[in-house]
Amino acid sequence: MAEIVIRDLRKDFGGFNAVKASSFTIADGEFFMLLGPSGCGKTTTLRMIAGLEMPTSGEIWIDGEEVSRKPARQRDIAFVFQMFALYPHLNVRANIAYPLVSQGLGRAEVAARVAEAAAILGIEAMLERPVGGLSGGDRQRVALGRAIVRRPKAFMMDEPLGALDAEFRERMAGELRALHDRMGATTVYVTHDQLEAMQMGDRIVVMNHGVVEQFGTPQEIYDKPATLFVAEFIGSPPMNFLPFEGRVAAGGDRVRLGGADLAVPCQHEAAAGRLVFGVRPEHVTFDDAAPFRGRIEAVEYLGTTQIVTLSSAHGTIRARSAASLPARVGEAVGLRFAAPCVTLFDEATGRALRSALHGEGGAHG
Amino acid sequence: MSGASVTEASSGQKWIAGVLVIAYALITIMPLAWILLTGFKTPPDSIAYPPKVVFTPSLEGYVNLFTTRTRVTPETLAALPPPANFAEAIVRDRGMVIAGRSKFGERFVNSVVIGFGSTALSIVLGTLAAYAFSRFKVPLKDDLMFFILSTRMMPPIAVAIPIFLMYRQLGLSDTRLGMILLYTAVNISLAVWLLKGFIDEIPREYEEAALIDGYTRLQAFVKVVLPQAATGIASTAIFCLIFAWNEYAFAVLLTSGTAQTAPPFIPTIIGIGGLDWPATAAGATLFLMPVMVFTIVLRKHLLRGITFGAVRK
Repeated sequence: MAEIVIRDLRKDFGGFNAVKASSFTIADGEFFMLLGPSGCGKTTTLRMIAGLEMPTSGEIWIDGEEVSRKPARQRDIAFVFQMFALYPHLNVRANIAYPLVSQGLGRAEVAARVAEAAAILGIEAMLERPVGGLSGGDRQRVALGRAIVRRPKAFMMDEPLGALDAEFRERMAGELRALHDRMGATTVYVTHDQLEAMQMGDRIVVMNHGVVEQFGTPQEIYDKPATLFVAEFIGSPPMNFLPFEGRVAAGGDRVRLGGADLAVPCQHEAAAGRLVFGVRPEHVTFDDAAPFRGRIEAVEYLGTTQIVTLSSAHGTIRARSAASLPARVGEAVGLRFAAPCVTLFDEATGRALRSALHGEGGAHG
Repeated sequence: MSGASVTEASSGQKWIAGVLVIAYALITIMPLAWILLTGFKTPPDSIAYPPKVVFTPSLEGYVNLFTTRTRVTPETLAALPPPANFAEAIVRDRGMVIAGRSKFGERFVNSVVIGFGSTALSIVLGTLAAYAFSRFKVPLKDDLMFFILSTRMMPPIAVAIPIFLMYRQLGLSDTRLGMILLYTAVNISLAVWLLKGFIDEIPREYEEAALIDGYTRLQAFVKVVLPQAATGIASTAIFCLIFAWNEYAFAVLLTSGTAQTAPPFIPTIIGIGGLDWPATAAGATLFLMPVMVFTIVLRKHLLRGITFGAVRK
């Protein structure tokens, strides 16, 4: 069990800068998600924490000890790979026992620890089987067994559900979270799937192009995106962006766009020029009296809700509404935006403007 | 659709395929069978016309292979005590006595030492080099790989004269060590390229898991990479051994006495006392055995080795 502190971590591959001066702290016992699109540096960051890549510069503290120059075997962490990395020439029991045998533990101790890990994961029945014939979910359980049997300070997981089919993934996500809650071990989990991150994580770091865009709880990340990238990456469908030319004063709570005067949260900083009005689909409602107009282009029925796609003078807008609400393609409607949930962005920097919603500065990395 | 399948051959197709395979096998086995049979013929039988397929087997070829013989007068022959063993009996039937052991045994041992020695060295060096090329950032990696391959771009015998002169200077001419080094040098490019392909196919995650589980890089290599590269190592070893075992040109050029291998020796049998085909065939038969046994032992790896890279694990 350990706190992990990352300070100014940087990694260059030749001329390519994969991770740029990232800093964040992972609390003891936390289920921490590293989220981002492929190539954003999240896996490289995880591999640096694990000791599989050496950082170009920066510090990594695990449990109060600076480990950035130590080899992986001295860091006392466990790693779960996307492709499971089970040794094909060993059976399930030998795979789980492997890290203990390599540490030179006695036979009785190894047997007891393997039995304990197998019981936690519910795989006692398959201990003598070769790993070749196991399903994806079972393989990942064995890989988890190999991780937990060591009782490491922390778990590193690199898209452990990525190779599973959708049905297994759902179930394993639940199992993983339950396992974490039972063991209380610090877990760092890499994923590109925002739903997985929201569903399982205590806190999330969103990375893009080697930069930490934002870190916070799933609610903070979703409700108060610090950058345009985060706002677009999180949420399905993503946040609506209405770019406009305008200005907003500190203390102001209205902006003009599309000939309409729209309410926004009380702004804490002034800005002018190209701005972006960001609003989530569920905060868009229909009101024929509203001055901001749109035309319905498409309707996607999702059961309890529907996604209505509209065109407006400021671009395409998606609205999530109750499925019972009548919406016909071609119809012109007025749109209202839930003012407390609106975020204004500076288009040039991509940064969210400070406001009553975001507080001072937010949690931008 | 009926039961016809795109991927499964009908029974008629299987029959035709079977007949073709058997016919091909017969054609390729024929010369080998002829060598095997000739080894058990007497010299007159071996050159009889029309060729004899049914004959009384004799060990004369094998006796001649392992001995040197002297012709003696019938009087001397009659004065000798009765033959001590079957070999002497066979030789005396031809009016000769055994003068001593031939060099075939030594030459065969040389072949074994040099063939397996150079194979082992090629595999050890090749595996280490291939692992380094596969896993580490080696400066100028592509150029080095090309350089290694370029040693195969002309027939090795094209550099025979420089090697001959070099070996004479270094005192490596006609030594087992010299031949082992030479065959290793020729085989190493094949070994590095083949093995790199196999090691590239082993996911890095296995080693990384081992590194995290408490192993050093070298331990991870020995305990995790080598067992999984066994198939590739086995098939590469077969290719290396076949080359070193059969190599003739360098062996003729660089060895004459102590380190001579079997290939340059076997033809010299022909010259001893006329065209001794049974002895030559016996030598060839014995010479074929080790590679055949080695290949049979490792054959389950060989098929996957030859199709390397074509099918993902």
